[in-house]
Amino acid sequence: MYRVRQWSVTHARKLDFLYRAFEPVLIKLHPLFKWVGYSRIEKPMRFVEHAIKGFMFDCQMCGKCALSATGMSCPMNCPKSIRNGPCGGVRLDGTCEVKPEMRCVWVEAWRGSQQMRDPAAIQQVQIPVNNLLKGSSSWLRVVRHEHAAHSGEAAE
Amino acid sequence: MTSSQEPNLPQEPNLGLPLPEKKGHSSLGRLERLLRAGKFAVTAELAPPDSALPEDVFERARMFDGYVDGMNATDGSGANCHMSSVAMCALLTAIGYSPVLQISCRDKNRIAIQGDVLGAAAMGVANILCLSGDGVQVGDHPEAKPVFDLDSMSLLETIRTMRDESRFLSGRPITSPPQVFIGAAENPSAPPVEFRPQRLAKKIAAGAQFIQTQYIFDIEHLRRFMARAGDLGLLEKVFVLPGVGPLASARTALWIRNNVPGIHIPDAIIKRLEGAQQPRLEGRKICIELIQQIREIEGVSGVHIMAYRQEDAVGEIVQQSGVLDGRVPWYPGCEVKSSTA
Repeated sequence: MYRVRQWSVTHARKLDFLYRAFEPVLIKLHPLFKWVGYSRIEKPMRFVEHAIKGFMFDCQMCGKCALSATGMSCPMNCPKSIRNGPCGGVRLDGTCEVKPEMRCVWVEAWRGSQQMRDPAAIQQVQIPVNNLLKGSSSWLRVVRHEHAAHSGEAAE
Repeated sequence: MTSSQEPNLPQEPNLGLPLPEKKGHSSLGRLERLLRAGKFAVTAELAPPDSALPEDVFERARMFDGYVDGMNATDGSGANCHMSSVAMCALLTAIGYSPVLQISCRDKNRIAIQGDVLGAAAMGVANILCLSGDGVQVGDHPEAKPVFDLDSMSLLETIRTMRDESRFLSGRPITSPPQVFIGAAENPSAPPVEFRPQRLAKKIAAGAQFIQTQYIFDIEHLRRFMARAGDLGLLEKVFVLPGVGPLASARTALWIRNNVPGIHIPDAIIKRLEGAQQPRLEGRKICIELIQQIREIEGVSGVHIMAYRQEDAVGEIVQQSGVLDGRVPWYPGCEVKSSTA
């Protein structure tokens, strides 16, 4: 929802804080996820993640969440799905060239990024979306990556 | 005076042959040589024809003969259908021109784009400008599927990876990498203006070696942008060619301001056009003045002229602006002309 999405950017600092508290908890749950089986937990997790992030950010479940680097403004809502915006077509009032009724996702990202704990995160070049990951839980991927990094297992 | 008589400048090869390799240069093209030699470069936008006739491309290119160091072959600009930029470049390089291939992310996925980069380089294209592209909604096929598999930033990184690491995005090796000079666009006037210089830094980090900007009509925007880019230490890492163009009338200017997102035309310019007896001439005069002002800004390496539907005015604008300092950019057949003159 557009209004909620804007609220999320306005409160990027709190959400950033919340996620930073939430991520370690998720990572600690690795043994549980492993016991249940990552493939079995994928579906319910995807459901929860989509419900929460869909409501808060109009998340499109790209599978490679960039919210922490984009001031809590989801780049997949850009009509050109630009992961490293804003493009040169932003209108003078900060609205989108393709959808004038919407504020540019990247103007919002810049606004949100200024409140994040790491305002420079927006400077990271985001690699193109891996279309094979579309629709999958990016939270579970974070957990698996974290553990793979520590134990040397393959992440995917 | 021809360019070949000047020191530090490349001896021009025969028709379409690439220049010899030079240390510290990524491409075998003239544009990079000129910029690295510290010359003020002029590029212009070449409108693609809506035809399958090669002569239509050559005719348009000839209008710029002796005035520009490179011409940009646009890739379905404004999301309208025209002859493809790769094909235009292939025609142009075959007779020795030095085009800038524009690649937009709107119409092709990463497989097609990487294939085009190799193909274009094989045809002698030495310069590539990476763009996200206009949305399909603004063009003549609003019902088309927008691709946007990559964006301008990841496109830069993709081509840089192909060139410097000799591999595709997939990691599969490329036996002979494309030797290209990589460029990007930026719009100093579009919000959020505070972020624009930082985004330039991001583009440089992704591989941009030269920048051609959106139309500049408000010189103060550009001054601020360049000053900030200088503070960030970016101007030693990239060649900036601000974009300019002649406005045909006050009505056109107003239409552009209201309908083409991202182009900021100050009221003062519109007033000047309104008050002019010959608005077309006034528009060109404004363009020339802008070029002269742009040239004085520290860190500017050249200028990019987008004379939409006024391509015939480019020569006059370049000449009257005096930015070439008497230099005559190479064009096919110029040796013959200078020896007989």
